[in-house]
Amino acid sequence: MFKCQPVNADADAIVKAALKQMHEPLRRRFLRGGLNTLTLGGVAMLGGCSLVDDASVDKALMRISRLNDDVQLWLFDAGRLAPTYAQSQITRPFPFNAYYTEDKVKVVDGDSFRLEVGGLVADKRRWTLPELNTLPQAEQITRHICVEGWSAIGRWGGVPFADFLRRVGADTTAKYVGFQCADDYFTSIDMASALHPQTQLTLRYDGQTLPPKYGFPMKLRVPTKLGYKNPKHIQAIFVTNTFPGGYWENQGYNWFGGS
Amino acid sequence: MNPTPTIHPLWLRTTHWLNVIAVFVMVTSGWRVYNASPLFNFRFPDGITLGGWLGGALLWHFAAMWLLVANGVIYLLFNVGTRRLFTKFFPLSPRTVLADTLAALKGRLSHDDPRHYNSVQRAAYLFVMLDIVVLVLSGLAIWKSVQFPLLREMMGGYELARHVHFVAMALLVAFVAVHLLMVTLVPRTLLAMLRGR
Repeated sequence: MFKCQPVNADADAIVKAALKQMHEPLRRRFLRGGLNTLTLGGVAMLGGCSLVDDASVDKALMRISRLNDDVQLWLFDAGRLAPTYAQSQITRPFPFNAYYTEDKVKVVDGDSFRLEVGGLVADKRRWTLPELNTLPQAEQITRHICVEGWSAIGRWGGVPFADFLRRVGADTTAKYVGFQCADDYFTSIDMASALHPQTQLTLRYDGQTLPPKYGFPMKLRVPTKLGYKNPKHIQAIFVTNTFPGGYWENQGYNWFGGS
Repeated sequence: MNPTPTIHPLWLRTTHWLNVIAVFVMVTSGWRVYNASPLFNFRFPDGITLGGWLGGALLWHFAAMWLLVANGVIYLLFNVGTRRLFTKFFPLSPRTVLADTLAALKGRLSHDDPRHYNSVQRAAYLFVMLDIVVLVLSGLAIWKSVQFPLLREMMGGYELARHVHFVAMALLVAFVAVHLLMVTLVPRTLLAMLRGR
């Protein structure tokens, strides 16, 4: 299982560690008997013998999913903005959601926190929270859409992510931006979405410091992507051309995951 | 003249059966996706869903969608190109649909010429074509709600698009149920769809 690097680890080492483990959960699922994508009551198993090799079906489906990534990147128009809403339309309380329950929420110490920036960036120095808070900030009230289908409208404030990437001298011709989180979550997005005007390094929720349940000290808010592409408790950001995958993506969720 | 004229040309039979596969996968995987966050106060039994879990169901759903759309487009192109759409499904009027429905319920609707669709069949088949178009468009509005703003607003926004998608699915399943019932009542229609005559 993936382990998050300590905060003081070298950013490049984080990148390497992230890349090394990227297909681990997928492999494990294969060993456990596949993604179980063929389950349809007893239809796939007639008289106890499997009609189709589970693993090969999984592989074919994953290949189509990667093709769907390409189609979505091709469809993606940076000029199209996610709808924004009025304050009165905010969903209260905004739902908590993670791969663990709310009592397991990671509480990060803000004073000692340093954001790591690595990979294909010019400036790899670490960022404190006060430093990030002095950067120009933006606000948005947008709809968070979960892969499960439900959605909720929230108000988010923070640094436009494109501004941040340019400030650290990121190679914006690179393909991916990866994220590693204090709650052992990890994910990655395409550069086009990273540079979208509504993509935000979020430090505040509804005008207040981002509470732990929504991802203190910071989350990435991508209103053009599903919830699992909006990592919380971000510790390290890296720019890379090597496909980094993600916690859920490696288990079968579509990698692009965009709306 | 051909002594046993073809009722269903090969392109029709091929697209029909490919559509059966696509609809089967889309509906059963869609039920699993629905279960992850039900719109209404019920869930589909996991045993009749496809995919094993949400991620697996989504993999199936977003793979079979290509078959559904590509096959559907080919079907419509042939249907218009051969003028079958106009000759087989029209003329059609509410009055004849009503008359044929009543005749069917009384068991008096003739199936002597399987090349000829009665008004209920015409209405039902046109309906299911339209319904699948609505399914695809509402699905697109859910999947790509930011990239297709016009479609999203036509559906009344993201949340309403989910409801449209669900209702269109329910109507499709209802069509399939009636369709299968009619096939069991007039089994030679199944033969015609398999061998063409």
